[in-house]
Amino acid sequence: MSERHPPGPGLKLYAVLGFAYLYIPILILILFSFNVSRYSVAWTGFTLHWYNELFRDRFVWEATRNTLLIASVSALVSTVMGTAAALGMQRYAFPGKRFCEATLYLPVIIPEVVMGIAMLAFFAQMGIQLGLGTIIIAHIAFCVPFVTLTVQARLHGFDRHLEEAAMDLGANEWTTFRRITLPLIMPGVLAGALLAFTLSLDDYIITLFTAGPGSTTLPLRVFAMLRQAVTPKVNALSALWILVVFVLLLGVQWLQRSQNVKRNA
Amino acid sequence: MSTSIQTTDDRRQTTALRSWSVFRLPSSVRETPGLVLVSPTMLWLVVFLVIPLALIVVISFAARGQYGDVVYTFSLDKYRALLDQQYLQILLDSLWIAFLTTVLTLLLGYPLAYFIARSGTRWKSLFLFLVLVPFWTNFLIRIYAWMILLRSEGVIAGVMKALGLMQGVGAQLFGLIQLYTPGAVLIGMVYEFLPFMVLPLYTSLEKLDVSLLEAAADLGARPWRAFLRVTLPLSLPGIVAGSILVFVPAMGMFVVPDLMGGAKTVLVGNLVRNQFLVARDWPLGSAASMVLMVLTLLVTLLYTRRFGFGEELRV
Amino acid sequence: MADVAVEVRDLVKQFPNPGGGVVNAVDHVTLQIEDGEFFSLLGPSGCGKTTTLRILAGFERPTSGEVRIKGRLVNSVPPYARPVNMVFQNYALFPHMTVFQNVAFGLEMERVPKAEIERRVEAALALVRMAGMGARRPAQLSGGQQQRIALARALVKRPSVLLLDEPLGALDLKLRQEMQLELKALQQQVGITFVYVTHDQEEALTMSDRIAVMNQGKVLQIGPPAEIYERPNCRFVADFIGETNFLEGTLARMEDGRASVEVTGERMQVVGLAQGALHLGQRVTVSVRPEKIRLHTTPPQVTTNCFAGQVQDIAYIGSDTRVVVRLSPSLVLSIWEQNRISTLDLEATFTRGQAVWVTWLPENALVLGE
Repeated sequence: MSERHPPGPGLKLYAVLGFAYLYIPILILILFSFNVSRYSVAWTGFTLHWYNELFRDRFVWEATRNTLLIASVSALVSTVMGTAAALGMQRYAFPGKRFCEATLYLPVIIPEVVMGIAMLAFFAQMGIQLGLGTIIIAHIAFCVPFVTLTVQARLHGFDRHLEEAAMDLGANEWTTFRRITLPLIMPGVLAGALLAFTLSLDDYIITLFTAGPGSTTLPLRVFAMLRQAVTPKVNALSALWILVVFVLLLGVQWLQRSQNVKRNA
Repeated sequence: MSTSIQTTDDRRQTTALRSWSVFRLPSSVRETPGLVLVSPTMLWLVVFLVIPLALIVVISFAARGQYGDVVYTFSLDKYRALLDQQYLQILLDSLWIAFLTTVLTLLLGYPLAYFIARSGTRWKSLFLFLVLVPFWTNFLIRIYAWMILLRSEGVIAGVMKALGLMQGVGAQLFGLIQLYTPGAVLIGMVYEFLPFMVLPLYTSLEKLDVSLLEAAADLGARPWRAFLRVTLPLSLPGIVAGSILVFVPAMGMFVVPDLMGGAKTVLVGNLVRNQFLVARDWPLGSAASMVLMVLTLLVTLLYTRRFGFGEELRV
Repeated sequence: MADVAVEVRDLVKQFPNPGGGVVNAVDHVTLQIEDGEFFSLLGPSGCGKTTTLRILAGFERPTSGEVRIKGRLVNSVPPYARPVNMVFQNYALFPHMTVFQNVAFGLEMERVPKAEIERRVEAALALVRMAGMGARRPAQLSGGQQQRIALARALVKRPSVLLLDEPLGALDLKLRQEMQLELKALQQQVGITFVYVTHDQEEALTMSDRIAVMNQGKVLQIGPPAEIYERPNCRFVADFIGETNFLEGTLARMEDGRASVEVTGERMQVVGLAQGALHLGQRVTVSVRPEKIRLHTTPPQVTTNCFAGQVQDIAYIGSDTRVVVRLSPSLVLSIWEQNRISTLDLEATFTRGQAVWVTWLPENALVLGE
């Protein structure tokens, strides 16, 4: 699309405005995390005071720990299950496949609030106490389909002959998977894992319904902070979060680029 | 010669069988590898998603006990209750806002996606990256950013005051989008969902074959017509995918109205949340979420029936 | 009596038909491939040749029938335990490995010690004239080079049988012809049994010791190239291999293996060799190849198979001239005359509308039943 048909000046202007619209709020938010004044608009001076307060907030630390734990476990479990499911869906016909397809698409079709209350009702009915465990269970449930879809997309163009060649050369099914299939779908699997990790990290709505009184996550904490007296501490937290996302994405980009370089070298 | 071949064959056979014997799977597993591979996922989803949803259906026909518990009967009371004026209004509001959000994100997002698709390869990854950063940033943070801007003492107000625009028409306009107005909710929703629309649109537009546009031009179509008759129809999968990715969550959204709409804006999502976490009328909340689900599914079905299913839903 | 490398007995492979029911992709195929032979499976797309090959490799399981490799029944033996190796149509080189690693893969699976692997891989690469390319990646190689690596990767394991699935299909004409000769030379040098699948009959004729012609899941004829070409046993084989002229008629007389055929709708009798058991009055097809027909500008002194006609079309191919001669309102024959003398020097070249006579020897015509 790009080489012979570059965007015209009107489109370029619009793009500038569009990106400005996306970024100005974020940049202002970050800016004010350094503002001495508590109440916004007037810039009264540069300070790291709010970051200091943030690092001393033990609720935030606890929430961060929980969030990372939940995200890691959810990502790991949903990646393994989701990759297996993707392989099954992409390659084999079996009874009930249509049903499986429909079930996998559920989290896309159903609003999060409905999923959240459904799980809450389920846990309550089963007598399962709400806590970190229920959060993880819920996160895995809504992450797995995304992993499956991501890996499936990667499997789509996969050359089955490569696996046949491996078996022809003496590798059994497991060795073939380990030495041929997995390395070649790894970018998709990693993308799925990253997706699952981020979805879990970011989730507010479903976590809201499945968290117990003692278990808090960062999004829940942020919401609480937004509801209470809003101080630039929230700005500081937000700024750090954005930084982490920025760095993570940068890392992914770099990974992708080095993968491509390796392949074409 | 034949002896050495035999040795190779034997060695090949014994090696293969030896490593295989570690994985002596029962024949039932070997016969249906597909089922085995999907079963962990399916089990998980059925137990923790399908059954809970079925439970909600059941609860929607139940009644509320005295202490906020669920009394299992079969009654349409809660559904009847939803026919009440206030609830219908909430439903309509939700539909309207979700619809507006979808349309606005489409109108705003399409040129942006088009721009990125048409940029040079080096720029493309940069622009995509720029779209992805807000996409991956927690939406609470992004909403908070707008809260800062739209507060009555916020940044926009401040700038307008400094420029002397905070009077007459200017003040009125600001009053429309000020924090805790429906206007603010709309801005928040659009901001939140814009990347969800841009990304599938971009994927779809990126695949467009330039030679088609050249062919159109060769046959006498001016740029605008070429866009309407070639580009737009071919980007339809992206439009459909983006619309679904925006409309469905927008219907159930309650956080934005909660934070940016104050007490004045109540949508279905808020209703459901309140019934489950505050008022503890689970049957009513379930009935409301059933209606929400049905509405969402209905609109999605009609939409995809008319416009096709977006393959760009692949992430 | 040479050893039998591959034996297939009454092999059937069924697939479910999308429209309902089943279809026999391989329909009761029986054949024997000898040790050290270059054996081709030839036929149009969908004739079952690739399916048969894949069954030999172990990627498909037979619905019924037996497959034996070096005398051993291998019906349910997985591909990694069979003494056969395959060269795939699209080469299937592992993109995430170097050339060396690709070729070494099979030896790794056999737990061959590292030093020996190195030795054998280098030897295999030298065999296919790709020595020194070990560090490259498949994506950096041309199609022809990739093909050689695929070959090396299979050959390094010294299989009893090498299976090749239309390996030259993706190459351009000149390269393909070069590779055909190379493959044939390689096979003779290494002495391994080659089972070669192709739809290109010229390729099969060039390279094979024996050819099996297949159509719709069945093997129609097996034999050396000359036999397949000169003595096809049915209309399909005659039509599929090379070019031929067909004359439809009824069998009038049989004498010493020579059949006289009354051509339908023409007042013509042609004589040819009877193929297979024929009875009088049977509907038959006579096949005469264009290069076997002689063109005369003056009436020849021949009584059998001599007919008069008019030149309808002439195509100058360079090495030969192709002439279409009309014998009657509904009968044309295609004749290829080799240009042994430079056509610029000929006093008489053919012109449209010219009156000519065509003749052919009865031995050069085949009478085929249905």
